[in-house]
Amino acid sequence: MQTNIILAGVGGQGILTIAAVIDLAALKCGLTIRQAEVHGMSQRGGAVQSHLRISDHEIFSDLIAEGSADLILSVEPLEALRYLPFLSPEGRVVTATEPFINMESYPAMEEITRELHRTNQPLLVNATELAREAGSARTSNMVMLGAAAPFTGIAPEELESAIGQLFGAKGEEIVAMNIRAFRKGEALSQLQATAS
Amino acid sequence: MNKQLLLGAEAIALGALDAGISGVYAYPGTPSTEITEYIQKNKARRAQPVRSTWAANEKTAYEAALGMSYAGKRALVCMKHVGLNVAADAFINSAITGVNGGLVVAVADDPSMHSSQNEQDSRVYGKFAMVPVVEPASQQELYDTTRDAFDLSESLQLPVLLRLTTRLAHSRAGVEAKAPREQNPLNALYAPERFVLMPHNARRQYNHLLGMQDRLEVLSEHSPLNRLIPGTGTTGVLAFGIAFNYVMEVREAHGLSFPLFKIGQYPLPRKQIEDLFQSCETILVAEEGYPVYEELLRGYFGNKNIHGRLDGALPRAGELNSDSVARALGIEKKELLTVPEIVVNRPPELCKGCGHRDMFEALNTVMHSFSEHHVFSDIGCYTLGALPPFNAIHTCVDMGASITMAKGAADAGLRPAVAVIGDSTFTHSGMTGLLDALNDRSAVTVIIADNDTTAMTGGQNSSANGSRLLAICRGLGVEEQHLRTIIPLKSHLEENIAVLREEIAWEGVSVVIAERECIETAARKKRQKVAKP
Repeated sequence: MQTNIILAGVGGQGILTIAAVIDLAALKCGLTIRQAEVHGMSQRGGAVQSHLRISDHEIFSDLIAEGSADLILSVEPLEALRYLPFLSPEGRVVTATEPFINMESYPAMEEITRELHRTNQPLLVNATELAREAGSARTSNMVMLGAAAPFTGIAPEELESAIGQLFGAKGEEIVAMNIRAFRKGEALSQLQATAS
Repeated sequence: MNKQLLLGAEAIALGALDAGISGVYAYPGTPSTEITEYIQKNKARRAQPVRSTWAANEKTAYEAALGMSYAGKRALVCMKHVGLNVAADAFINSAITGVNGGLVVAVADDPSMHSSQNEQDSRVYGKFAMVPVVEPASQQELYDTTRDAFDLSESLQLPVLLRLTTRLAHSRAGVEAKAPREQNPLNALYAPERFVLMPHNARRQYNHLLGMQDRLEVLSEHSPLNRLIPGTGTTGVLAFGIAFNYVMEVREAHGLSFPLFKIGQYPLPRKQIEDLFQSCETILVAEEGYPVYEELLRGYFGNKNIHGRLDGALPRAGELNSDSVARALGIEKKELLTVPEIVVNRPPELCKGCGHRDMFEALNTVMHSFSEHHVFSDIGCYTLGALPPFNAIHTCVDMGASITMAKGAADAGLRPAVAVIGDSTFTHSGMTGLLDALNDRSAVTVIIADNDTTAMTGGQNSSANGSRLLAICRGLGVEEQHLRTIIPLKSHLEENIAVLREEIAWEGVSVVIAERECIETAARKKRQKVAKP
């Protein structure tokens, strides 16, 4: 197996937490990982992305080739569109719908939604709302991970156990809340799969 | 097999710890910062102490590392590519003196300039200094090579340059560590004939270095970092450093079988390159960075059978990737989705609530009352003041250049001449420029944006702030009445405007320290306090 994932967002939104969970789970499954991150200037509110590659054989390039991403997982709707040239024809876009507006010319939400719907069965997730239902808006990244879980090639139990490992130091309550958030995202994803 | 997931930068750090370093010396700079940070976080688990606090700049870092090596211990010194410009004097001359304990300088280049002002290639420095250069291609190779580089340095009694680029520094992969080695005992070298670089010694040492070059080439010919991936066909590929990964990616993905030679240690392994050139009609040279060796292999009068960055087969500038390498190998571009037109750029910005915002607001108000309003600035978060909505600064060239450029402009007659520099950049290379301005009584106003940290690289301790900054300015000779402190907060705006107006009006050197802690650092300290009550 090989899964190529582009994680997208705005500096400070915490896409690397999502990456860390997938990494932990993949490592436990004995898979090979390459995960390229953006550090430095862009982290100050700029567009950030991470190329995450998981495989059961050797991976050479840290970067995903154009047209070969299986998944664009974005925590911000406009940012999901920025990396479309990387998406493979069968690839999926899973994105949060809450815009992060820190520039003047941010396009209208309807236009963004229209562009998203031109991709192959996009999954638009009201992540903040679901995260609040799980207990805190801060768990929205785990909602997004849950929604994208079926496209990662990693079993959801493994991802949940990685969440436990990553947040373990913060106490059982935090772990439980993040797992609740993960499951809310996952349920939404399943609902879409059944509907289509 | 017990693999840990490490950034390339962290793999170097672990490799150095396991090689038995007694110290790391560095100034923060993307993409090299995480090397030192990893050592700072993990040294406690080591049997013997490893010194690791930040140095004032790359030159002081390099010289301290050389001193540790002189004393017989192993030292790692790390910096970003432009940091090696600052440390170049020490670096070049340490190749002449040679070393005692292993000395490895890890330099992280930034092709595509993700967080830098140029994409200079540090391999040129290695060639210039005539020392061995190693350029690993994977995180595991970074770990192994760092360990080996200390042995290599000790056996040759030369510093070794380890070059990596952003992509490898900031990418994670599983790394398997080996058993750690003990630190070297204290064993200072009494060798003034090597270390006193007066001309008679320097000439002899330089000849010694020249005489070693053949041996370095033989070492490269036997290095596991240089190896052939055999294949068939008339086109061969010479892939340097991380470019090897992109070439391999394309070779596997498209089922190609060309012969490929991987380069990871310099000087070039002459024999194997000759072999590749003899067995192939055309060669693609894939280098991450400048076409340093492509140019050399091509020769002054050119060789039409060599392709690479110089003939447009690969882009002349910027980082490589498997797509650019695929095109160079004749693979047709797939049809791709395009980025919709509505997707506008999202440049970085100063954090909401950052003190620099209030500092720039006050400064802009004052500067806009002048017909000429030039602000010379420097490298740090406050460089973001160049972007909207502030558009407040008009230069950013190299560390410390704000004060000296403002001084030169003031000497030319420009009024007002204002410099904006951070606390960390001031201690890195601003202090000497301020001394120049004071000695010349230049009419400059220097604003030191003291946020108590090196913020842009993630909040490392800076060498001086608060009262020590005041003391440094006083010590250099700034007059007490023109050494002012302001608090960059909305509530102080009017007062801050007044102070800036007064000091800009003064025909001499004035320093205004805008003192407020970075909100990111403050938030982190708060979180740590909550976590450990």
